[in-house]
Amino acid sequence: MITKRIIPCLDVKDGRVVKGINFKGLADVSSPVELAKFYSDCGADELVFYDITASAEGRTLFTDILRETARKVFIPLTVGGGINSVSDFDRVLKCGADKVSVNSGAIRNPSLIDEAAKLYGDQCVVLSADVKRVDGVFRVFAKGGRENTGMEAISWIKECVERGAGEIVVNSIDTDGVKGGFDLEMLDAVCKAVSVPVIASGGAGNIEHFITLFNALPGVDAGLAASIFHFGEVKIENLKKAMKSAGIPARL
Amino acid sequence: MIAIVDYGVGNLYSLHRSFEAIGAEVKITADEKEIKAADRILLPGVGAFGDAANKLYASGLSELITEEAKEGKPLLGICLGMQMLLEKSLEYGEHRGLGLIEGEVRPISEVIPKGLKIPHIGWNALQFQGEKSPLFKYVEEGECVYFVHSYHGANCGKNVIATAEYGVPLTAAVGKDNVFGCQFHPEKSGKVGLNILRAFVEL
Repeated sequence: MITKRIIPCLDVKDGRVVKGINFKGLADVSSPVELAKFYSDCGADELVFYDITASAEGRTLFTDILRETARKVFIPLTVGGGINSVSDFDRVLKCGADKVSVNSGAIRNPSLIDEAAKLYGDQCVVLSADVKRVDGVFRVFAKGGRENTGMEAISWIKECVERGAGEIVVNSIDTDGVKGGFDLEMLDAVCKAVSVPVIASGGAGNIEHFITLFNALPGVDAGLAASIFHFGEVKIENLKKAMKSAGIPARL
Repeated sequence: MIAIVDYGVGNLYSLHRSFEAIGAEVKITADEKEIKAADRILLPGVGAFGDAANKLYASGLSELITEEAKEGKPLLGICLGMQMLLEKSLEYGEHRGLGLIEGEVRPISEVIPKGLKIPHIGWNALQFQGEKSPLFKYVEEGECVYFVHSYHGANCGKNVIATAEYGVPLTAAVGKDNVFGCQFHPEKSGKVGLNILRAFVEL
């Protein structure tokens, strides 16, 4: 039986993990390499590195740390942030990424998904969608959730799957940061629309939220979160154990 | 030395690094002499079968790999590399494999129950078949490894050494004498995966 995946997400700027991170026993808490290794040892099923660097120097640092991480951590790595062209795919895949997630780059140029899927396979292309309710309709937002594109989210996600996206990360702007639980209504709508793996993001505040997510929506394949893992509010070992005792398949 | 055969498909970075992580001497190579001199051969592969097989045949290395394997050199195929060890593939047409292990590559959609997602992607538990293979010397039954595939090894008979349950048991690994193949990615399967590579290095 395939297990439900737990995925910590690291935001990386100029080669360092941003957002305060508070871990005992880590010599350098903002080293992406050390943190990635720590999560891998704790039982994380996959890691997402999100590059929020703006400068060219920062981008070089990002690929350096990616290479270094892939040298030490042997679980799947997804890279996102600043992916606008096939050459961006090439750049991060050569450094050890397994999957590449596209967001604003695909909104600007949807055929990026077709091109990348043809070159690297569907399994390599992850669509990340930032979605928010506007007057009761799910809308796609761009530029880190700052700009309403006006596109209806479910049809956008379906279009991206048809173009070759092999996995969908659904980030609910409405529940993000609230820590009140995942956006079950939004995720259900996405699960009903597509047959590729769906990764839930935005809203996790405690272990129970993951249990509720996987019990309520069997179509969701993975849960992604950042700060609750970074701050130690949810320990991945404990989360996995709780999933297992709730009858949810988990890799311990 | 382990020779990772470089025939122009896929990204070999993680594979290379994972052998280094277990202290093995490893080289990515397309050189016949180096492959001949190596004490083990690793056949990687991602993408579509036909395209990869054509590249392997065009490289002229397929005969060498087959000969070396027949002479007893340990050979491990990973993912599409495993599928290429079989007799043929039905992925987009019909393509000839190396035929080192009986079986054929067929879409998982033919066998898995409706409603399960394709590809089979994520961590799944290994169920050993038959006598425990030396490849799993350091692995316990039920430990999870990472899969990403839409095609599987069918009709591999008694050469199936492990399966993974995805509505039905899918071929997770094959083995026959000194020739082995993993459908999953040991280089992405954490400690369990490294332990499988370690066992291969010690064969």
